[in-house]
Amino acid sequence: MAQIDEIRLQVMWNRLISVVEEQAMTLLRTAFSTSVREAGDLSAGVYNARGEMLAQAVTGTPGHVNTMAEAVGNFLAAIPRQEMFAGDTYVTNDPWLGTGHLHDITMVTPVFKGAELIGFFACTAHVVDVGGRGFGADGKSVYEEGIQIPIMKFAERGEVNAVLVQLLRANVREPNQVVGDFYSLAACNDVGKTRLLEMLDEIGLPNLETLGEFILSRTRKATLERIAALPKGSWSNDMLTDGYDDPIRIAASVTIGEDRVSVDFDGSSGISRWGINCPMIYTKAYACYAIKCVVAPDIPNNAASLAAFEVTSPVNVVNAVRPAPVSLRHVIGHMVPDVVLGALAQALPGQIQAEGAGALWNVHISARPVAGAEGRRAEVLMFNSGGMGARPTLDGLSATAFPSGVMTMPIEATEQTGPIVIWRKELRPDSGGDGAQRGGLGQVIEIAAAQGHEFEFSAMFDRVTEPPRGRDGGAPGARGVVELDDGTKMRPKGWQSVPAGRRLILKAPGGGGYGDPAERAPEARALDRRRGYVTDGKE
Amino acid sequence: MSGTGEIRLGADIGGTFTDIALDLRGAIHSTKVLTNYAAPEQAILDGIGIVLEEAGIGWGEIDIVIHGTTLATNALIERRGARTALVTTEGFRDVIEMRTENRFEQYDLNIRLPEPLIPREDRFPVKGRIGAGGEELQPLDEAALEALAERIAAEGFGAVAIGFIHSYMNPAHEERAREILAARLDIPISISSEVSPQMREFERFNTVCANAYVRPQMADYLGRLQVRLKEMGADCPVFMIHSGGGLISVETASAFPVRLVESGPAGGAIFAADIAARFGLRKVLSYDMGGTTAKICLIEEFQPQTARSFEVARTYRFCKGSGMPISIPVIEMIEIGAGGGSLAWVDAMGRIQTGPESAGSEPGPACYQRGGTRPAITDADLVLGKLDPENFAGGKILLSVDEASAAIAREVGERLGLDGVAAAFGIVEVVDENMANAARVHAVENGKNVSDNVMIAFGGAAPLHAARLCEKLGIDRCLVPQGAGVGSAIGFLKAPFGYEALASQIAALSAFDAGAVNAMLDGLRETAEGFVRMGTTGEIRREVTAFMRYRGQGWEIPVPLPDRAFAADDRAMIETAFKERYARFFGRAVEGPEIEFVTWSVKAQDIRPAPARVALDADGEAKPAGAARAVFDPASGRALETAIVAREALAPRARVAGPAVIVERETATVVTSPFDAVIQPEGSILLVRKGA
Repeated sequence: MAQIDEIRLQVMWNRLISVVEEQAMTLLRTAFSTSVREAGDLSAGVYNARGEMLAQAVTGTPGHVNTMAEAVGNFLAAIPRQEMFAGDTYVTNDPWLGTGHLHDITMVTPVFKGAELIGFFACTAHVVDVGGRGFGADGKSVYEEGIQIPIMKFAERGEVNAVLVQLLRANVREPNQVVGDFYSLAACNDVGKTRLLEMLDEIGLPNLETLGEFILSRTRKATLERIAALPKGSWSNDMLTDGYDDPIRIAASVTIGEDRVSVDFDGSSGISRWGINCPMIYTKAYACYAIKCVVAPDIPNNAASLAAFEVTSPVNVVNAVRPAPVSLRHVIGHMVPDVVLGALAQALPGQIQAEGAGALWNVHISARPVAGAEGRRAEVLMFNSGGMGARPTLDGLSATAFPSGVMTMPIEATEQTGPIVIWRKELRPDSGGDGAQRGGLGQVIEIAAAQGHEFEFSAMFDRVTEPPRGRDGGAPGARGVVELDDGTKMRPKGWQSVPAGRRLILKAPGGGGYGDPAERAPEARALDRRRGYVTDGKE
Repeated sequence: MSGTGEIRLGADIGGTFTDIALDLRGAIHSTKVLTNYAAPEQAILDGIGIVLEEAGIGWGEIDIVIHGTTLATNALIERRGARTALVTTEGFRDVIEMRTENRFEQYDLNIRLPEPLIPREDRFPVKGRIGAGGEELQPLDEAALEALAERIAAEGFGAVAIGFIHSYMNPAHEERAREILAARLDIPISISSEVSPQMREFERFNTVCANAYVRPQMADYLGRLQVRLKEMGADCPVFMIHSGGGLISVETASAFPVRLVESGPAGGAIFAADIAARFGLRKVLSYDMGGTTAKICLIEEFQPQTARSFEVARTYRFCKGSGMPISIPVIEMIEIGAGGGSLAWVDAMGRIQTGPESAGSEPGPACYQRGGTRPAITDADLVLGKLDPENFAGGKILLSVDEASAAIAREVGERLGLDGVAAAFGIVEVVDENMANAARVHAVENGKNVSDNVMIAFGGAAPLHAARLCEKLGIDRCLVPQGAGVGSAIGFLKAPFGYEALASQIAALSAFDAGAVNAMLDGLRETAEGFVRMGTTGEIRREVTAFMRYRGQGWEIPVPLPDRAFAADDRAMIETAFKERYARFFGRAVEGPEIEFVTWSVKAQDIRPAPARVALDADGEAKPAGAARAVFDPASGRALETAIVAREALAPRARVAGPAVIVERETATVVTSPFDAVIQPEGSILLVRKGA
């Protein structure tokens, strides 16, 4: 009875999502990289035999999920079918074929049922080191940014590629952790593979074709219904961001057609000399994310929901080509959603939030003992967020990552990983843009080396010269600040050193306000003062 | 209180009902009364009166009262605690507000983060800093604390929480701060290094805030309860069940009320563990499904799995991250919004979805005919023939198949082009699949496989769904015990006096310092046993566990270690133990990275008399089927002629072939076609897979 088949397929769709959750959970539990284990900077998904994404784990950040969706197709193009065997695992960190920079390792595992190749599992995680200049904007080309692993086999028929592991060990600063993460990535795909085969056996399906077609056709239909309900036309927006030494313009025009939403980034600045360029695959991921938040937030992410969104650009900072440096591609990539949302705000007035801090205020710290002293050397990565833009009916979220989906790490865990002391990590008063709805607050962080140590840090901060703008009359959020506790101004990008005894002070930007400040409710203003979110300069 | 012959009384205050269970030398007397929100102790007294009368004994004959309650949980959910001041390290005023800095839902741009328990104006930073190794980096500003005490007194706070950075490594600043404040304030003060000495500041601070927040109210209530019991003539000790499933004194509970959160569900897990012990079942999946949620817990070697933290008061569709973390030892279970009252609906993709929104008891599912118009799981169960409309809740509620069918057709069937039965099947399949998925993911998180477990199903709705859940999970056997409706309260009666003491001490295995570890463990032993000794003079069993990981990982795995003094050469033994555990969790151990300790735990509990062993009877003797009606069978995908049998008509050893429905007053056990049911010697129903 066809009605029962319909229900069985619905239930199996749920099961498939559960399978990728198990896959992601395994990675979360076993990963060595701080960014994965504490911050959830990973993604996991399942694909049909043609490389179309059918389901993804809800754990995961858009920059990974949407890029990975496309990356699997690149693996299929690179590895001929006749060279794929059961027990294989494929790997790359190619920024243009994978997820945008060398630190992200993507692994793809084919699933065989008998002799038939029925699909793939893929996962991505940010590893702690890939050699080269380290995680920073200073490379002049991708060749300076670390070891490049083209699409190749990490394991063939269950046998790990020992030569690759040997090369990897020789090229990275934390070989145990990085190699450990390679194994974790491969293991999590294996968990997914085992569960998928169990599921197919249980329901008696030979492959993923029927279920995949069900998932994609349902999703396609729902997505097209949403697009059909939108106003049609083209709208443009642009935004100035700090860039490295010169401001960078990101320009986008969004076109809503009958059955698709297209974004074109013509008019954006050219390729930067610094490692903040975005490969197209990453730009596309974040452009799609922004559209999806507005158009179809409740529709699952898969090949069909993504297919309705088209992203194009001439060669420029958001479509940088090899060998452009791309290590900090998130600095520009995280601004893409605000640019796209700004265009959509014209199509959908009164519905779209103001600009926020955008790029995470991540800081990579390299700590060492001062000359002649005993101590520890360590690489420490902290994820920090500024404020989100105010929403049409709600204040912006303070110190909350958007568009990224990562979490911060506990400072007690961070201080265990290296000889540093974080003296402050708290909300930054007066940083939210005024408006009928106030922008979210940024945060203030103070970091010093532990006694007898000093450190260098890789600055990757934006919104220091160009603040997040308000919407519909809302005021901009506060600009970011990077300085030492003696008042010395630091550059917002690039490696710099902090002498022993000094504190690095980071003030992450606040979000823009929404609507005319005169319309802000007096009770909301009173509460802001009582809580010290707004101090009128008294703090 | 050696345990033999004593008369124990269990009282479980839940959201809707207060359950009372009395163990009179092996005979259980139980009742359910409505929870009284204004005076919770009154419902307990009313319920005790009923069971005492039934048992024919007086108040003075009760030897011990064991109590568990959701009052602490409710106070956190409904934000009805004391106005609390948080005293914290300068620079970290907003830890409980900034949370993890992420959004628990990626695509919904209009989410609200839960408000912190203590608003910013009531959080007071003080200078003084302990480093990651426990060393003092900056002295505590005692003068500022003295001034702060005056301000707290003047502003009329009801409680104080103290949470300083790295206090789990060195509590000196927190203890000194408490001393200074206590000398000047007459309100309870909680410190994080006592309430939750674990690394990760957001979780620890939130836990101490939660403790302080509910403390005045809980201390008050527990005091009133003791007085009222005494007035009635029950001059016996009262013990509280804590979230870890053990008993603590009322005094301990009054000082650490956050340990009472989730104590009701813990009782359910102990109930299942006791049944596991009785039947000698070493690997059990307990499945408790009530009106609004389902809870799943893994029980190995008759001990429920425990964890060191959990999340309460989720605000957004039960979404992980939308509640508040509490880091205390807890019986680990996964709870999802799937109960008899969970509502079904259709999403944008034309997919049937269930829960977490629930029809509750008012208006209830559509079939209750109390004004509910949206279909709930109970409506779908009814339409599929799993429930007898004229015999629900002992005939107290007449169920309307027409109302249920109409609601299902309106909200689901018509939108998907499904007939009534198919739509009802869809609803039930989706909720069963959601529960099965939750069980699978929970098992993976714990490095386990559930298919070789025995399921123990209790709670009003569980027996209706258990067989299908077993089909989905590949489980061959499921027990449906007697007394399942008041399982938690019965579980309380079986609970040991127990306490788990924890301490985070991060150190590399390569630098294993046996002397320091022994000293720390002795302290934990003393703490844990001290709490247990408040309740018992009997023999105490201890378990020592190290939570370990490879350096660089963020997730620790529990490694059970021998309960004895360690020597320097135990390092190799510990390394082997860790690697074996790791391989069990994640397939294989990793060579190369350094191994480290993060947290140590000592669990002490008295040894409860083991329940009399009963052999599981998986054979029985076939009983000819009587009356039958059409019931939808999921594996066959159609309705089958299904035997309907009354549970009280079945004697031990009776074997009923599936498909069948075994009906009783509060619920019905559905035996799907792949299963048979065998009545056990003590009255439980065993579902056993045909041919297994």
